[in-house]
Amino acid sequence: MRLKLTLRIALSALVRNKARSLLTMLGIVIGVAAVIVTVAIGVGARTSVQQSISSLGSNLIVVQPGSVTQTGARTGFGGASTLTPDDGLAIAKLPGVASVSPAVSLRTQVVAGANNWQTTITGVAPTYTFIRSWPLAQGAFFNENEVASAAKVAVLGATVVAELFPNDDSPIGQTVIIKGAPYTVIGTLTPLGQSGLGTDQDDVVMIPYTSAMERLTGLTTVNTLMISAATQDQISAVTSSVTQLLEARHRIVAPQVDDFQVRNLQAIAQTASQTGTVMELLLAGVAAVSLVVGGIGIMNIMLVSVTERTREIGLRMSVGARAATILRQFLAESVVLSTIGGLIGIVTGAIGTLAVAALTHWPTAIPPQWILASVAFSAMVGIFFGYYPARKAAQLNPIEALRFE
Amino acid sequence: MRPVVEVSSVRKEYVMGNDLVCALRGVDLAVEPGEFVAVMGPSGSGKSTFMHLVGLLDTPSAGTYHFEGIEVSHLSADERADIRGRRLGFVFQAYNLLPRTSASENVELPMVYAGTPESERIQIALDKLEMVGIRHLANHHPNQMSGGQQQRVAIARSLVNNPGLILADEPTGALDTKSSQDVMRLFARLNDEQGITIMLVTHEPDVAAYARRIVTFRDGVITGDTLNERRAA
Repeated sequence: MRLKLTLRIALSALVRNKARSLLTMLGIVIGVAAVIVTVAIGVGARTSVQQSISSLGSNLIVVQPGSVTQTGARTGFGGASTLTPDDGLAIAKLPGVASVSPAVSLRTQVVAGANNWQTTITGVAPTYTFIRSWPLAQGAFFNENEVASAAKVAVLGATVVAELFPNDDSPIGQTVIIKGAPYTVIGTLTPLGQSGLGTDQDDVVMIPYTSAMERLTGLTTVNTLMISAATQDQISAVTSSVTQLLEARHRIVAPQVDDFQVRNLQAIAQTASQTGTVMELLLAGVAAVSLVVGGIGIMNIMLVSVTERTREIGLRMSVGARAATILRQFLAESVVLSTIGGLIGIVTGAIGTLAVAALTHWPTAIPPQWILASVAFSAMVGIFFGYYPARKAAQLNPIEALRFE
Repeated sequence: MRPVVEVSSVRKEYVMGNDLVCALRGVDLAVEPGEFVAVMGPSGSGKSTFMHLVGLLDTPSAGTYHFEGIEVSHLSADERADIRGRRLGFVFQAYNLLPRTSASENVELPMVYAGTPESERIQIALDKLEMVGIRHLANHHPNQMSGGQQQRVAIARSLVNNPGLILADEPTGALDTKSSQDVMRLFARLNDEQGITIMLVTHEPDVAAYARRIVTFRDGVITGDTLNERRAA
């Protein structure tokens, strides 16, 4: 009851000074709106980083050849040519492994009619589209039979389709020439866009890995083995069992160094989420600073208001307001101001977020806990910065307040 | 009958800079219910200090003050605030109305602090505005009213809690002669018809002439206390 009364007295005092109330709120409005917009962009960026990491493949584990020492000089990673498709077949039998695909890559010129384009030819197994979570746009991917027969079939990435078949007639059934040999296009891939490293993932032609080894590289080894763990929880278990299996198959015993390297994306994901946390802390700092500045604005105006309304305070005291009543009234005024300011700030921030999203096409998301936190924090700012002016008002001597000119 | 105000040997001293100022040097006064007292005196005579003590806005340095039979000189600030709100009505020279607030809301203010329910507040405010003759201005804001009308709103405000005493501090000081007469006639009528006890501070004899009793202050003591036989009307 008394709270309701205090709020009503405070509200009517604020309504009496509409213009000043609005100006006082402005600091908090801008502060909260800035927080909401930056958080929305930050969280959106974090989500999109996580999405692009998971777009690299479902529960992906990558085996690459390691470094070898040749006549004293150590090659870098990938220098060893030791991984074979048989290693992949063996890995596929391990528990927790959903599927495996070898990958053989080389860059070469591809010709289709009058057009030609240098691109990456990747020889893979039919499981590759599953491992990379990469659906087809049209047609079909090659199957086990075509792998077994090293068939001359190709699946084109979106960039290659655009470069070789610019007149947007369907490339399915057409022929592309790779190193002098004709390949029939049997499918196209949906666009994936840039990878986390900035390379165009769609600039690729996929052919059976057998075809790539026999017809293009002439080697019996592959560049990479791509493994998909059955579940996310099994990634580290599979990583270590793959390591053990390959050590056994390659007859590596300590202190020999592995001639391969097994990596998964958890490290990258961890880094990304740490970056996100740092970013959120930074934003929280910006938020705190802007709200403190808004709070100081409230304190300034409340102090001016107390001075300007000295006579009013004297009158209120003479008609029966206790010091505590005056304190509560002014405190309520600043809390109401800052809370309403916070609410307006959230709405403004949401509109700003929509505008930013519409203009820049950045991904955005406003987490509800930030909305709650903004409101709670603005109310606290109101109490903290409203207390000093309110106490000043309450400590006025009624006689002097009534005489104040 | 028990006096509304009973002041005995009241002294008030305060420090101003390095000097000890003695504003009241032993004042005795009793005001019975239904009286209309004008407090006169030159500036510096102590009449304003006396007014603040009687209005429970201040406490005496020495002496006793019984308000409606209760010794109030040692009450806490909160207790004095409660008595001010419920048993005293104030009228000031500068009206002291809340700006951008209607006349009736201004009149309601003391009832808000006294905790009167809202439905009653509106009715009482309108009744009191009727009593001072400006019910038709209930929804006007102070800046839409003349000085005399604003002072009537202030008088209505002082009446709402049916106080035992109305204290008016130079209520005509900001008004022209015509409005002053109107306001003083209103006080006289409230005193005659309703038996409301009024204490008025003024330095104008014309204004004091409306009171039934005139108390004169000089140098912190009462130097004159006379009945006003020839009351102005």
